[in-house]
Amino acid sequence: MLHLRVAEPMRECEYSQISTRSSTPMETPYKKRTPKRRKWQAFPGRNKFFCNGRIMMARQTGVFYLTLVLILVTSGLFFAFDCPFLSMQITPAIPVIGGVLFVFVLGTLFRTSFSDPGVLPRATPDEAADLERQIDVANGSSSGYRPPPRTREVVINGQTVKLKYCFTCKIFRPPRASHCSLCDNCVERFDHHCPWVGNCVGKRNYRFFYMFILSLSFLTIFIFAFVITHVILRSHRYGFLNTLKDSPASVLEVVVCFFSVWSIVGLSGFHTYLISSNQTTNEDIKGSWSSKRGKGNYNPYSHGNVFTNCCAALCGPLPPSLIDRRGFVQSDTPQPIPPTNGITMYGSTQSQSHMAAATPLLQSEPVILTDEAFLPGRTSLGGPCSGALPLGGHPTPPTSTPNLSCDNDMLPLRNEQSDGLRHHHTDGGHHHFLTPEEAPSPPGMLPCGSPLGHSHTIQGFYNPASQDSLHEDSVRGLVKLSSV
Amino acid sequence: EISAPWTFHNLQELRHSASLANKVFLQRDYSDGTTCRFQTKFPSELESRIERPLFEDTVKRLNIYYAEAEKMGGQSYLEGCLACATAYLIFLCMETRYEKVLKKIGRYIQEQNEKIYAPRGLLITDPIERGMRVVSLQLLLLLCVCVCERETDKEKHKDR
Repeated sequence: MLHLRVAEPMRECEYSQISTRSSTPMETPYKKRTPKRRKWQAFPGRNKFFCNGRIMMARQTGVFYLTLVLILVTSGLFFAFDCPFLSMQITPAIPVIGGVLFVFVLGTLFRTSFSDPGVLPRATPDEAADLERQIDVANGSSSGYRPPPRTREVVINGQTVKLKYCFTCKIFRPPRASHCSLCDNCVERFDHHCPWVGNCVGKRNYRFFYMFILSLSFLTIFIFAFVITHVILRSHRYGFLNTLKDSPASVLEVVVCFFSVWSIVGLSGFHTYLISSNQTTNEDIKGSWSSKRGKGNYNPYSHGNVFTNCCAALCGPLPPSLIDRRGFVQSDTPQPIPPTNGITMYGSTQSQSHMAAATPLLQSEPVILTDEAFLPGRTSLGGPCSGALPLGGHPTPPTSTPNLSCDNDMLPLRNEQSDGLRHHHTDGGHHHFLTPEEAPSPPGMLPCGSPLGHSHTIQGFYNPASQDSLHEDSVRGLVKLSSV
Repeated sequence: EISAPWTFHNLQELRHSASLANKVFLQRDYSDGTTCRFQTKFPSELESRIERPLFEDTVKRLNIYYAEAEKMGGQSYLEGCLACATAYLIFLCMETRYEKVLKKIGRYIQEQNEKIYAPRGLLITDPIERGMRVVSLQLLLLLCVCVCERETDKEKHKDR
């Protein structure tokens, strides 16, 4: 039976270490013994995971492999064909510097591509319900027509910033965050989704991305300059045609480098400007802080001077990943609701506004979730990363998509022929991207239709039976509180 | 000496029962930009449970810790440059300042739970477990307290 005791220090034998992190779930005979799954296997976004959750990329990685191949092949040819001549004729420092640049480029590329860009985990059902209640109280419950888009205003450094509600993640997005429709995640300080690195570029990997394009600019210029030098020097001695015969790879290298230099160097310059003014590509394209919008419009996030902005972006503290990819799924902790069908979700939230239930969304979901089969070929690649990385899908057209949200009716990808490494966001006049302000349709309806919709509904471990067993556990928990 | 109303074997068990209980969420305060801060507004549901100064003190302390983690100063720049120079391999052996502060926050929350919140029937969840979106406070069921009180009465009668 329950005793009254003082909340003594931990030395007391029956007082076990309190941990706010739930370790293992309580084992009861009612619970089925399900195999332990890691959280990345149940991740609701459209991402691919490798090496048991250590590596995280976007779904379409074809263009990333192209990037990798271009860099490896060009550098490889340079080291094989041009470096022997150059190191003998000029200095052996050339292959050494080239090697260092090459390693740095690859290192930063992998770091950009494989790390978590700053994904915001989706809200748990309790939080979502709480927010819904707050919004309904603020708006006043209305039925029959769709309420206006949910926004909150906040004043940052004297500028009024609108925080938008993300229907997929069920959170109010922090300032500068945006929802990437390709990866179906909200990303903090969202810059753009880069198909060339196969990942979003956000708060956590922006500095690596910048280092990558900067070092790649240097590498490209380096290779270009020294291949030209090599060809010229050799031509003086053996003639131009003989040179081409002896070193045919040089021609290929020159062509690749020539076309790459313009785009990569241009991109580096653009991002240097963004860093020094502390803006994201997203904000720059939308013209959020440009003086054209209004007289009093300025960037509230800028620290004032270029030096501080650069230091903050490149040397500032690196926040840890908010999604615990390699942790184990706890069946007793509330899991975020995956978006199933936009209409269903929206319909349920409408009716919930009239209910006083604490977690209305929990009850409405099980109908959809329980019977979904576990679709093979989804993101759960548990194999060792030494195995071949599968080529995912078809390569997207090589454009970068800085501003996409679920609200778009179609992905505005530009289908252009591209040769070499080219980025299109260096151009100024990119205004055909649809912004989230237009058409606030429930973004549960994925614009691409297709099989992508299925991947969200796989939550085999979360079913109404666990709700009942949870209730049993809680009763047992209370009973267990009775000491000896 | 009985100074607190009740204790419990395992906070884990309390969390199980708490998941059906009410939760109060403290949202983020973005008035200072994107840095991590939580609103210090005292929620009305907690009025009967905990004193306002204690609560505000906890939240303010959390905000101070988060500001410390994200502070951009000499130490963080040094760490950033060193990491860049070693191609970020240094993080294989050493943890970032941010991670160190997060661990400190975890310990602080645990200590606050043990000393202040659990005796009042509340549980704070570390915001990192909720993606830094909210500080979640679980209002535990009051059933335990009622049963306890009945037991003390019985004991009192027994002693007599």
